[in-house]
Amino acid sequence: MGAQIRVYRDKIRSTSSMKKIFKAMELIATARVGKARSHAEASTPYAEAITRAVAAVAAQNDIDHVLTQKVDQPQRAAVLVLASDRGLAGAYSTNVIKQSESLLARLKHDEVEVRPYLYGRKVQAFYDFRSREYEQVWTGNTDSPVVETAKDIGRTLVDRFIQPTDEGGVDEIYLVFTEFQSMVTQEPVVKRLLPLAVVESEQNKGVHPLYEFEPSPEEVLDALLPKYIESRIFSAMLEAAASELAARQKAMKSAGDNANDLIQKYTLLRNNARQAEITQELSELIAGADALASS
Amino acid sequence: MATLDVQVVAADHAVWSGEAKSLTGRTVDGDMGILPGHTPVLAVLAEGELTIEPVEGGAVKAHVKGGFFSVDEDRVTVVADEADIAD
Repeated sequence: MGAQIRVYRDKIRSTSSMKKIFKAMELIATARVGKARSHAEASTPYAEAITRAVAAVAAQNDIDHVLTQKVDQPQRAAVLVLASDRGLAGAYSTNVIKQSESLLARLKHDEVEVRPYLYGRKVQAFYDFRSREYEQVWTGNTDSPVVETAKDIGRTLVDRFIQPTDEGGVDEIYLVFTEFQSMVTQEPVVKRLLPLAVVESEQNKGVHPLYEFEPSPEEVLDALLPKYIESRIFSAMLEAAASELAARQKAMKSAGDNANDLIQKYTLLRNNARQAEITQELSELIAGADALASS
Repeated sequence: MATLDVQVVAADHAVWSGEAKSLTGRTVDGDMGILPGHTPVLAVLAEGELTIEPVEGGAVKAHVKGGFFSVDEDRVTVVADEADIAD
């Protein structure tokens, strides 16, 4: 067998085994993206209820609380970047990191010191490779986030926020994550968590009743606002997970298609090579027979 | 008679929702009962039992841990970190 044919055969074999992996990863991602979306939807009632309550409290602005105070000239900001643990998801992590980089550049321009907080091994690798410093990193199961991680992150960030600025506390908290719009579009976005900019849906824009607080307004706010932050972080994590899986599904689909194209191309080349070899052997045989007959 | 529109949600799922005659929850200051027509209130929950008397059927008991509940024009929202309906 000619060397040329062997090369093509090996290429076809390795591409087909890769194709199997792509196909499997695509199927896994497809199966899990539905679950991730239903998780994101299941957490919506909680997020909505908490947002409504925070909106009601924030409307009563006679309460003075560290979490509702505004700083005119922010000096330090914490930025939480949500990326993925694993690759093979196309440009998913790259896009969200790019988005965070432009936020960092903007903050730097405004002379705000940035404290990065990372979520996901891919963004950690990005910082490690560039020997950049970061405050803290969380890794593991970015494709199926758990409440505990969100709580841990929320607590860390709120603690940082409560700390006075001259002791290393931060004035602002930003969140960079990928918003799940549909199976084909996922958009990296920047959201400011603190100081509070309460987002309210159109339908409950009515006048909020004057609430009584039990035991006291301060204690209610102390309990409520960290939960609000946690729920914002958790729903961002769930959306990021759905986006990651959708991005992976898309990337694996096109990888599988490319593998198909390659296999087709190499099969043609292999057939060509085989045919060329047969033709050559035949012409050598005929030439040999001719030479014998004429002698 | 007016009824309460109750919604109980935990961090990752909705636990219970429906019409109820009354609701009792444990706040950090002690148990608090809610009947229709209650004044708007926002209270911090302690760990303990939450009892709902639905309009139809027997009482629903749930174990809740952390969170708060809000009452606003007969709409009661219980937002708990963890909540499990006890049988």
